[in-house]
Formats: sequence, C-alpha cells, structure tokens
Amino acid sequence: MNDVVIRVGWPLMLVWPLVGWLANGLLGGRLPRTASGIIASGVAGASFATALLVASAYRGVAAADAAVSFPIPLFDWLGAGRLTVEASLLVDPLALVMALVVGGVGFLIHVYSIGYMADDPHPSRYFAYLNLFVFAMLLLVSAGNLLLLFVGWELVGLCSYLLIGYWFDRPAAAAAGRKAFVVNRIGDAAFLLGVFLLFVALGTLDILEIREGVATLSGAERRLAALLLFAGATGKSAQLPLHIWLPDAMEGPTPVSALIHAATMVTAGVFVIARLDRLFLTAPEALVVVAMVGALTAFFAATVALRQHDLKRVLAYSTISQLGYMFVGMGVAAPSAAIFHLVSHAFFKALLFLAAGSVMHAMHEVIDMRRLGGLARPLRQTAGGFVIGALALAGVPPFAGFFSKDLILEHAFAFGLRTGNYLPYALGLVTAAVTAVYITRAVLLTFSGPPAEPGARPHEAPPVMLWPMAALAVLSVTGGLLGASVAGAPLLRFLDGLLGLVESGAEAAPHPPAGLLLGLSVAAALAGMLVGWRAHRGRRDPVLGRVGVFLEQRWYIDALYDRAIVAPGHTLARWLAGPFDLGVIDGAVNLVGRGLGALGGQARRLQTGYARQYALGVLIGTVLILGYWMLRW
Amino acid sequence: MVPSFAYLALSAALFTLGAMGVLVRRSALIIFMSVELMLNSVNLAFVTFARMHQSIEGQVVVFFVLVVTAVEVVVGLALIVDIFRSRESVDVDDVDLLRG
Amino acid sequence: MLSVLIALPLAGALLVALIPREREETIRRVGLAVSLGALVVAAWLFRAFDPASGEMQFAVRVPWIPALGIGYAVGVDGISLLLVGLTAVIFPLALLGSWGSITEQVKWFTVAMLSLEGAVFGTFLALDLILFYVFWEAVLIPMAFLIALWGGPARRYAAIKFFLYTMAASVVMLVAILALHVLGRRLLGERTFDLEVLATMVLPPGVQAWLFAAFALAFAVKVPVWPLHTWLPDAHTEAPTAGSVILAALLLKMGTYGFVRFGPMLFPEALPASAPLLAALAIVGILYGAVVSWAQTDLKRLIAFSSVSHLGFVMLGIASLTEQGLQGSLIQMVNHGISTGALFLIVGVLYDRTHSRQIADYGGVAALMPRFAVIFTIVMLSSVALPGTNGFVGEFLILLGAFQTSTWWAVLGVGGVILSAVYLLWAYQQVMHGPQAARHPERLVEVTRREVLVFAPLVALIFLIGVYPKPLLDRSEAAVQAVLNRLDRPAMAEPLRRPR
Repeated sequence: MNDVVIRVGWPLMLVWPLVGWLANGLLGGRLPRTASGIIASGVAGASFATALLVASAYRGVAAADAAVSFPIPLFDWLGAGRLTVEASLLVDPLALVMALVVGGVGFLIHVYSIGYMADDPHPSRYFAYLNLFVFAMLLLVSAGNLLLLFVGWELVGLCSYLLIGYWFDRPAAAAAGRKAFVVNRIGDAAFLLGVFLLFVALGTLDILEIREGVATLSGAERRLAALLLFAGATGKSAQLPLHIWLPDAMEGPTPVSALIHAATMVTAGVFVIARLDRLFLTAPEALVVVAMVGALTAFFAATVALRQHDLKRVLAYSTISQLGYMFVGMGVAAPSAAIFHLVSHAFFKALLFLAAGSVMHAMHEVIDMRRLGGLARPLRQTAGGFVIGALALAGVPPFAGFFSKDLILEHAFAFGLRTGNYLPYALGLVTAAVTAVYITRAVLLTFSGPPAEPGARPHEAPPVMLWPMAALAVLSVTGGLLGASVAGAPLLRFLDGLLGLVESGAEAAPHPPAGLLLGLSVAAALAGMLVGWRAHRGRRDPVLGRVGVFLEQRWYIDALYDRAIVAPGHTLARWLAGPFDLGVIDGAVNLVGRGLGALGGQARRLQTGYARQYALGVLIGTVLILGYWMLRW
Repeated sequence: MVPSFAYLALSAALFTLGAMGVLVRRSALIIFMSVELMLNSVNLAFVTFARMHQSIEGQVVVFFVLVVTAVEVVVGLALIVDIFRSRESVDVDDVDLLRG
Repeated sequence: MLSVLIALPLAGALLVALIPREREETIRRVGLAVSLGALVVAAWLFRAFDPASGEMQFAVRVPWIPALGIGYAVGVDGISLLLVGLTAVIFPLALLGSWGSITEQVKWFTVAMLSLEGAVFGTFLALDLILFYVFWEAVLIPMAFLIALWGGPARRYAAIKFFLYTMAASVVMLVAILALHVLGRRLLGERTFDLEVLATMVLPPGVQAWLFAAFALAFAVKVPVWPLHTWLPDAHTEAPTAGSVILAALLLKMGTYGFVRFGPMLFPEALPASAPLLAALAIVGILYGAVVSWAQTDLKRLIAFSSVSHLGFVMLGIASLTEQGLQGSLIQMVNHGISTGALFLIVGVLYDRTHSRQIADYGGVAALMPRFAVIFTIVMLSSVALPGTNGFVGEFLILLGAFQTSTWWAVLGVGGVILSAVYLLWAYQQVMHGPQAARHPERLVEVTRREVLVFAPLVALIFLIGVYPKPLLDRSEAAVQAVLNRLDRPAMAEPLRRPR
C-alpha cells in the first residue's frame, strides 16, 4: 500500500501544478479574476498534500534511520548510441524534504499572492508562471537522473526570468529578468559540461547509478566534475562571482522574491551538491573551494547589505549571504546541516520577504527605506512578522536560524580542527555579527521612529496575506526543533541516513567544544544587534565614509563586470558586425565580384559594334586555324 | 582546254576580292554583293574539284549553296531595307547597337 | 511513393500556372492543398518507414540517360526522412503565412513556391549524383525569383549575390561529380552516377581529399560555414517572409545534409581527416554568429546571424563523428527549421503590420499583442535551447558528442549556448518589453486566426520534440549507425589502378 502511494503520489505531485499552469495559461483570459489565484493555490496545496502523503508513506516503508531510494521510471526519453535517458523520478529523504519545503512554502506564497496581486489586471499570467515554477522546482528536486534534473534546473530559471520581468513594461524589470537568465546560463554551461564529464566517465546519467559509480572515477575526474557542477551552483545560488543577478531580481513581484529568490530556486545549487554528495565528499579539493566560496560570499554579501537603501535589496544580499552559509555547510562535509539551514532559511527569509511585500503593499510600492519609517504602529502584524524573521536571521535563540546556523559553524570549526583551515569558521562567525547589524538596521529604518513621509496612510494587509505570514512566523520560531538536539533532531536523522554515510573522516577528528562555539555564536548575534541598535536608533543611518561608499557600490563588482565584460563585449560585437563582417569578409566577397565585373568590362571593349571588325576577326581566326593545320600536316 | 589550275586561281582571286570588299566597304549593299562574290567563288571551286575528281558531290553542294544564297539574299535584303527605313542609311558603321 | 512526393508539388505548380491570375483566392487554396497533399504523403512515409533498417528504403531506380550512366534514383533513409518531413511541414505553413503579405503576382509566387518544394524534396531524396545536382541547382531558380520579385529594396543585389555565390560553389561540386564518374568507369568499369554504386569505390586518400574539398565547398556555402556566410544576411533581409522561412528552414539544411549524406559514403577517409578543420570553423561560426547577432539593428539580419550560429552547432555535431553528435545534428536540423522558420514568421507578422524590421521601431509590443507575445516567447526559448523545447535535445546531444571527441570543442561550443541567450533575450526585450515605444502602435493588432493557425503546429512541434524526441531519434538511429560503420571501414592502401 505504502509502495503504491509513493509510486503514484510522487508523479502526481508534479501533475497538480502542471494542471494549474495549463488551466491558468490556456483559460486565463476567460476565468473570473479571482479564480486564477484560487486555482493556483489549490493545486499548490494539493501538491503539498500529496508530498506529505508520500512522505508519510515513505516513513512507513523505510525503517527509521535507513535511507531507501525509490526510483520511479516514467518513460524512455531519449537515446542515441550508448546514451539512453529515462525520464525517471527518485524518492529519498533529500527529495522529500525539498519537496515539502517547496510545496509548503510555495502553497503559502500562492495564497499570499492572491492578496498581493489583487489589483493586477491579468493575474492569470502571474499565477500560470507561479504554477509552472512549482512544477519545475518539484521536477528539479524529484528528478531521478541528471538530465531531467537539468530540465528542472533550467525551467526554474525560465520561470525566474518570466516572473522577474513580470511587469515587463518597466525597463528595469525586463533587463533584470534578462540579466538573471544570462548569468544563470553561464553557470548552466559549466553544469552541462560537468554532466558531460560524468556521462563520458560513467556512461550513465541516472543519479543512483552515478552514486554507485563515483568510486570508480579517478581523483582528477571527480575534482573536475565537482568543480564544474559547483560552478553551475554558483550561478543558480548567486554565489561569487555570479551573484550579480539576484539583487536585480528584486524588480519582480515580492511574493516571487520570497518564493523563488529566497526560499526555493536559489537553494537549488545547494540541493545539487547534496544530491551528488558522494561525488563532492570524495573530492576534498573541490570541497575546499565550495567552502571558501561560500564563506567569502557570506561575508561579502553581508557587508554589502549594511549599506543598501532598498529593503528588498537588503534581503537579497542577505539571501546571498545565507546561501553562502549553506555552501560552507556543504564544503565542510556537513550536507545535512546545510540542508537544515536551507529549510529554516526558507521559513524565515520567506517570512521577511512577505513582510516586506506587505510594507510595499501598504506604502504603494515604496521600498526605499529612506522613505519608510514608523510603520510599526500602522502595520502591527507585519512588523511583528518581520521582527520574528529578523531574529531568526540574526541567529538569536531559540529561533530557527540560530540552530541551523550554529550547526554549520560547529561543523566549520570541526573542519578547521581537521584541516587547520579555520577561515570558513572565522568568516562565518564575523558574518553572523554583521548579519545581526544589517537586519537590525533594516528593522529600525523601516518600522521605528517617525515616518519619513507623514502624508502616506499605510493600511495593514488583508487576512489572505497575513495568514501565510503567520504560518511562516510559527515555522520560523519552531523550525529549529527540526534540527535541535533537544528535540532529537528529526530532520537531521532523516537526512543522515542518506547523506551522513560518507562524511569523510569527520568521525575520527577531535570533537569541537560545542558549548563554547554556541556561546560565541550567540555573543556574535547579540553584539551585532547591539551595534545595529546603537548606530541606527531613531532611524539614523551613518554613511560609514569611504567604506560605506565601497559597500554601497557592492565592492564595485557590478561596475567591474560592466566595464570589463559587457561594454567590451558590445564593442567587439559592433566591430565584428560592422567593419569586420561587412568590411573584411563581405568586402572580400564583393571584391571578387567586382574583380570579375572589371574583367568583363575589359572584355566588353572587344565588342566595338563594327561588323567589319568582327568579319576581320573571323578571317584572321580562319587563317590562323587553317595555317595551324597545314603546318601540322 | 583550260587547266583546272586557272579555274582555281580565278576562284581564289574572286574570293579574295570578295573578302576585301567585305572588309573595306561601308555600304551594306556592297558588302552584301561581296559576300555573294565569295559564295560564288566557292561554287566555282566546288565545280572545278567535281570535274577534277569526276565526282558528283561537289556539284550537289553547289546546289545547296545556291539555295542558301537565295535565302540569304531574301533575308539580308529585307534586313537592309528595314535598316534603311529606320536610319536613312545603309552604312554599316552607323549600326553599332551592340557596341560594348 | 517518393516520386509522388517530388512530382506532386511540380504538378501542382503546373496546375496553378493554368489558373487565370485574377482568381487569387483559388490559387492560394490550390497551392495550400497541394502542399498539404505532400504533407499527407510524407506523414504516410514517416509511418511506413522501418526504423530498424539503416538502408535506403522505398528506393526507385530507372535509367534516365543510359548512354551517360545517368539514372533517376531516389530513396529515403533515416537521414533524409527527417528532412523530408520537415520540408513537408514547413511549406504549407510558409504558404499559409504569406496569404497576408504577398498580394502581387500571387499566381507566380505560388508557382515558384510549389516548384521549390518539388526541388527541395528531390534534393533530399536523390540517390543519383546528377539527379541530385539537378535538383540542387533547380532550387536556386525559384528561390532567386522569390527574392528578386517579392523582396525588399535591395532585392536585386541580394538575389544576384545569393545566386552567384551558391552557384559558383556548386559548379565546383559538379566537376567533382564528373571526376567521380570517370573514376567509377576506371575502377568499376561502369558508367554510373549512382551514389550507392560509386560508394563502393575505394579511393586513395589524396584523391578523396580533393574531391571532398570540392563537395565540401558547395555544401559549406549553403550551410553557411563561417566565413562563407555573407550571402545569408543579405538574402534573408531582402527575401519575403515565406522566402526567408524556406531559406532558413530548408535550404541551409541542404548543405548540412550534403555533408552527412555524401561525406561518409564517398569520402570515408577524407571526412574524418578534415573533421578538426570543420569543427574549428563550426565553433568560430557558433561564437561569431552569436556575437555579431548581438550588434544587429535589423531583426531579420539578427536571425540570419543566429542561423550561422545554430548551423555551427549542426556542423559541430557532424564533425564530432559520434553517434550522439550526428543524431543531435540531424534533430537539430529539424529543430532549427522549426524554430528559425517560426522566428522569421514572427518577424513577418510584425513586418506585415508596420513595414519595419528595425528593432528600434518596436518596444512594448507584448502589451499590445499578448497572444503574439506568448508565441514569440515560446519560439525564442526554443531557439535558446531551453529544456522542454526541441532546441535543447539537439544541442545537448551535439555538445555531448563533441565532448567525447574533444573536450575543448564542447567547452567552446557551450559558450555559444550562453551567447544565444544574450542576443535573443536582448532582441526580445527590445521588441516586446519596456514601455510602449513602437512607432506605429495603432497598427500592432493582435495576431489573426490564420496567423495562429500558422504558428500552432510549430509550437506543438517545439514541445513535442522537446518532451518526446524518441520517434525522431529512433528513425535516424540505424542510418547514423550505418554512417559510422562506413567510417570505421579499414583503410585499404590500394593504389589507384590505371587503365591500359
């Protein structure tokens, strides 16, 4: 029975949002305006319910701690020579956790969107995209082979593009969508090469077979494949150096930022590393790169978040920073901890974004913190939700973020003990403090003090927006229990069966002083909050001098890309298209044409038009031919 | 009996005269007559050779040539008349539509 | 049955030529009906085709000019089948798509299109080299007329350039064909131009190299392989919509088809030997076409250069000489026909309304034409090779094949995947997104029912091939296997036998 539920339920979970997509996409114009959102939320809810059902059935089948992987073949997809790709799904703890997060948070955000998009003239297009995204994301997490995973991977990128540019009449939104797509493509290209490498080395793209086959790869192959796939992950998960698209992506509707650019899609990079944990965990050199990139990104993005004025951009950089933590978790060979942070981050960051969306909703799209302020009174529930999210983000116990972040730091310290490389831990700890500073600043600038523009009359969001926020607030408070040792860490135990087996050498290493580390984390968070409070009390916003400009300019990375890549690229394109293609290549062609034409022009002179000259020519020709013959005779 | 050589010499002389006429004269009518002269010189050569080799073929060819000549005269004169109508001249150097 | 496929459009052209020119509506319907008839035949062929066999099927061989060894020989295998199917699909759509835009000389337009269809079928089906050459050149004539009579302002320049450029290269191929014939007479003692007979010859590498170079030149101009591509943007820009569609979707495929069809059969050693060169040119083409596209201001030129880039992928797949690469190339030929054909139709929709192809004359069109925006988005994504659309299947297989032959080929080729997103999304944004900035917004009315009817099959195929490409891949697999088997043939170091 459980077996049937899994085999039917898992594909069914994918079918629901597809149905919603088709309904909204094809019938969109003819549906009543309110129906779009209800249909979309309904299918997202159904999808979540199905995932829950499968999860409980899975718990029934698999013994408590042992991980069982159910492959579910669907159909033969494509084949050429020894390449045969079967469209197949996979059920295992990792996929279940991800599907539950995507389905659950997705459902809440769909509901929230009903309120948020109430004034939009064509909500059916929005909800169609949103449903397509849920489908793609579920496909990504449930795929049983790398190619299908890549399909989901690209489709979520597509949905991201479509939804960022949802208000396509705004040039900034359209450009941001395009930027997201192109930057992601750069990562995708590397990802694809990684897939090729694995196929050529192993002859298969099936994830289970790859798990088995990794051991047969040479060290260099493992390292290269892991690095290529990680390069893909840096694109999707907005890590250095491909992080530039995510802040711009905030041009999209805020629920989209919450769902795609905070809770789910951007975590796909983390997910992929967990999915291929055997590959990464057996390529230690690649893991170090993962950890270092993650740590640097976490630190970099947190500092930048200190000096952003757009509330959503602060949250965007915060997301980049938190994703950095997850990669640190992966890099220090603690995939379960990383996934735990992924889950708790999904809760509290979605909450923060939804609260920010509520602020925008109330303030008529104003999101610049310099124009906000004093919103705690009119928007009490929203403010409450935002503060809960902020506390969770800052890592204050007992909120969700505290447990997951601390766990990663603990593993990072253990990594330091093992390898002598304490940089990931140190950067992580500093980042924790910085995080507390910037989120405190965001809370104070937005909600405290007198309003910057007293004329505005903000109004609290409708219940359809508040309820999802409430649900997420509850999760942000209690989510830590999923991984807290006091509660038996059910999530970690669930995942460890799958991911924990190969923690390379972690067991043998000396144990970190957990109590001390815990104290340090809490101290960092509280110190950060204190600094933030002192600096920004009463909505003051010190500019921090030159450092502040440096941070405000995002370390000049975006400017560097513009100057070093985009502008020269366009110049090159124009040069190739103009002087080179038209001038040199086509010029050569036309030169041949003109040369032949000139030759013809010369030959034309022979045609004088005098019949007698032609006759003379005939005579001379005849004489010559006859003479030749006679001489030959 | 006149030797065959004399006929052939006459034929060659007539041919040369005709060829020179074609090349140096400007009036289309004279050129035309020169062409006729060339054709007839060839006829003379054919007949001479037919006599020399006691063969009928040369004489048969002469008939063909005569027929072709007649046709040519008809077409050629028609063309000349037509050109004269449109240009008021039969000078071949005036007709140079095909000059490159 | 194959002869029906060739003869039906030609007969249709004759029939249309007999209809009085004033009855334009009748002419259009007859033209469409004939091309739909060919589609039915092609569909039957697709079903009746035996995927397990790598041999020529439905082959017909009739002596034509026996004194010279020229025969009428046609046949279809997995390689040509896909292209025949594509031809049959594209022509009705191109005809239907030009109902709105071609209003002058409808009769001769239809005659030209139908005779073009017959010639294209002939090119893909011919098994006799002279027959192939006749069809190959015959394609030029109606196409040049399409450009020269119904084209844009610089149409005469474009038509002459197209005609001379491609013909000059083809003549070289004719010389090589005659050389093959002469060699065949010496080595096989038989006067023949039959491809399969000539393929049994074993030529020394030096001779192969020269003859292959001659064939390759003709094909490379047609593809077009960089740097022989400059006729393409001009021809595309000036051609009417239907002409551009046929040109991009089918005529370019004749070049790549030529490489796959004749390369392995006639030059089994020269082809692998020149593969690195072909791959290098293909990669340059991929990157160059993509970068140059980015700087275009004219939509049709942009798509033309994107074709250079996409056909570069096809060439890369061929040059990889792996099963995945070749299969990918074949399916990518079909894909490019669908996506780029659709892109030209899309430009045609815009051009019909505003008579401008300049990107700068548009902006914010999505708000005015939402249904059109959906179509454009799907087609653009297919061209970007997004998974779930047809383009992905082809590019994935090609790059996978290239990766196996040489890692660097794939690494560089993947760069084209990135760049294609850059220029296509850029163009899409300029035209469709942003604030309302079109020069003639009042003329940009939503797509009509007829236009939707034109796009519907293409969009359906985009998804169908993207999600379930197996029917196509299955049919080409055996033929590709046969191709590779020929290349594995051990090289025989036998000197060329001289007569006497």
